Amino acid sequence: MSEVALKESTTLAVGQSTSHAAVLRRLRASDLLFKTLTRLAAIAVLLLLSGTLLSLVIGSIPAFRTFGLSFVITEVWNPVTEQFGALAPIYGTLITSLIAMLVAVPVGIMIAFFLTELCPRMLRRPIAIAIELLAGIPSIIYGIWGLFVFAPFVQAHIQPALIWLGDNDYTGPIPILSALFAGPPYGIGILTAGFILAIMVLPFITAISRDVFDAVPPVLKEATYGLGCTKWEVFKHVILPFTRVGVIGGVMLGLGRALGETMAVTFVIGNAHTVSASILQPGTTISASIANEFTEAVGDLYTSSLIALGLILFFITFCVLAAARYMLMRLQQRAG
Amino acid sequence: MAVRSSLYSRRRMSDRIATGLAYAAAAFGLGWLILILGVLVYQGIGGLSLDVFTQDTPPPGSAGGLLNAIVGSIVMTALAILIGTPIGILAGTYMAEYGRHDKLAMIVRFINDILLSAPSVVIGLFIYEILVAPMGHFSGYAGSVALAVIVIPVVVRTTEDMLRLVPDTLREAAASIGLPRSLMIMRIAYRAARAGIITGILLAVARISGETAPLLFTALNNQFFSLNMNAPMPSLPVVIFQFALSPYEEWQKLAWTGALLITATVLALSIIARSLTARR
Repeated sequence: MSEVALKESTTLAVGQSTSHAAVLRRLRASDLLFKTLTRLAAIAVLLLLSGTLLSLVIGSIPAFRTFGLSFVITEVWNPVTEQFGALAPIYGTLITSLIAMLVAVPVGIMIAFFLTELCPRMLRRPIAIAIELLAGIPSIIYGIWGLFVFAPFVQAHIQPALIWLGDNDYTGPIPILSALFAGPPYGIGILTAGFILAIMVLPFITAISRDVFDAVPPVLKEATYGLGCTKWEVFKHVILPFTRVGVIGGVMLGLGRALGETMAVTFVIGNAHTVSASILQPGTTISASIANEFTEAVGDLYTSSLIALGLILFFITFCVLAAARYMLMRLQQRAG
Repeated sequence: MAVRSSLYSRRRMSDRIATGLAYAAAAFGLGWLILILGVLVYQGIGGLSLDVFTQDTPPPGSAGGLLNAIVGSIVMTALAILIGTPIGILAGTYMAEYGRHDKLAMIVRFINDILLSAPSVVIGLFIYEILVAPMGHFSGYAGSVALAVIVIPVVVRTTEDMLRLVPDTLREAAASIGLPRSLMIMRIAYRAARAGIITGILLAVARISGETAPLLFTALNNQFFSLNMNAPMPSLPVVIFQFALSPYEEWQKLAWTGALLITATVLALSIIARSLTARR
């Protein structure tokens, strides 16, 4: 058999009159070549990430040399006087992601609960696929939809209601709410951006939660049902505690997406370099600032400041994603 | 007895509320999908005509199509796949076939998973720094390379996963007839995992055909038809971005039509990709 295989596999590569030993040598060489190629490709993946990091660090040196570490805590962003500070974009990035997670985490987990425990078996796959299609819609589509459809709706209905909630004739201004929901209803702004981010990260949280819920051994669930527990009790006391690490991993993965999301946010955030307490006001995020201003940036310092923003974003998302992957990896190891 | 029945009804009530919320959550998720797709079709279908595919993007105030943007997107996507796929498949092969337990594969897997969800705008900055700045101008090549950086992790991941699904007995059978490892991988493992690997490539195409952020400062944009990869190149997502934020009604209409085209392409690709692996 081995003769046949060798002959068949080498007639392509070598001439007819080569001796047996030469063929073997050739094979060994091509085997080694292939292995080296795959190894190099794997190393290339590492180089991509370290290259990104390196280029961002080099690009941001002028900004950090001029402004020092106070770059991170300065709010001013003035291209004319070349004064740049990253506080507003950092604040906007964190606050929009926070709003997104406040909405997407409970909803995403509940959808996963629905898919694994409540949904009729026949509908399970179609609904899961439909939710995952949400993840496939490009972010620019969320952007254009958010700007032309969602923001006007928020402006007309949601924001006036929230402003009324914070300060109305019956209660007077309520301490925290009136600051949080202050100002004219623009439609676009931090709240709108956060909500669109929530819809975008929802499928990621749902998909991972469903996967880990499915991995709960049926015996555990059956035993609890056998004790007479309701579906919700089984979910709350057995499934959720058992899969906690995986769910947190999924949430962090969604958070990583929300922090770095660019186009959808750029459309609806308003691109204002200010830090305001009211979530109805326009703001900016790191990625939106870069997308909006990078091609128009004149002068080395402006460009470098935007690259420094990119470095900060890279650092934040790297930490969040690494933590997420670490948790999911640990879960996998536990499962075997 | 009275105490127990009140406890029972309370438990039943909380179960009702929780399951009701779960149904509501599912309806909420599906509702957005329907709403977004519905609006897209409603707004985009009116502008859909032959002109969209035969005319270039117009100057403000006149009618036109999206031909240059569509061609630019196709060309850059094709080149990105050509660059990214071989590297991705080879790296995935290393991790599934050679380095199942070694350190390098473990680190690469970890880094690859991070790259998979790394912010694409940062990848745009990276390519700007290493290609656009040294070359001195924006170009279709830079855009393609930026997209390729996004393709690689997707292909690496699916290739590794799919090769791992190939039963080891096949590998052992190949080894027992004296087949060298590289030939075993190319002739047997790849063949067994072919549908899965193609799925990965299709998913990568779907992923990059809607990407905007990495193209903004690599390929930039171009009002005219251009096949010169060494010059700024238009793409559908960037044109949508520019047109949607403009005050001109014709441009906004074209942006909606472009958005419909992209979404239809992306959804079709991901459904095809899914059905390819589902059949196996």
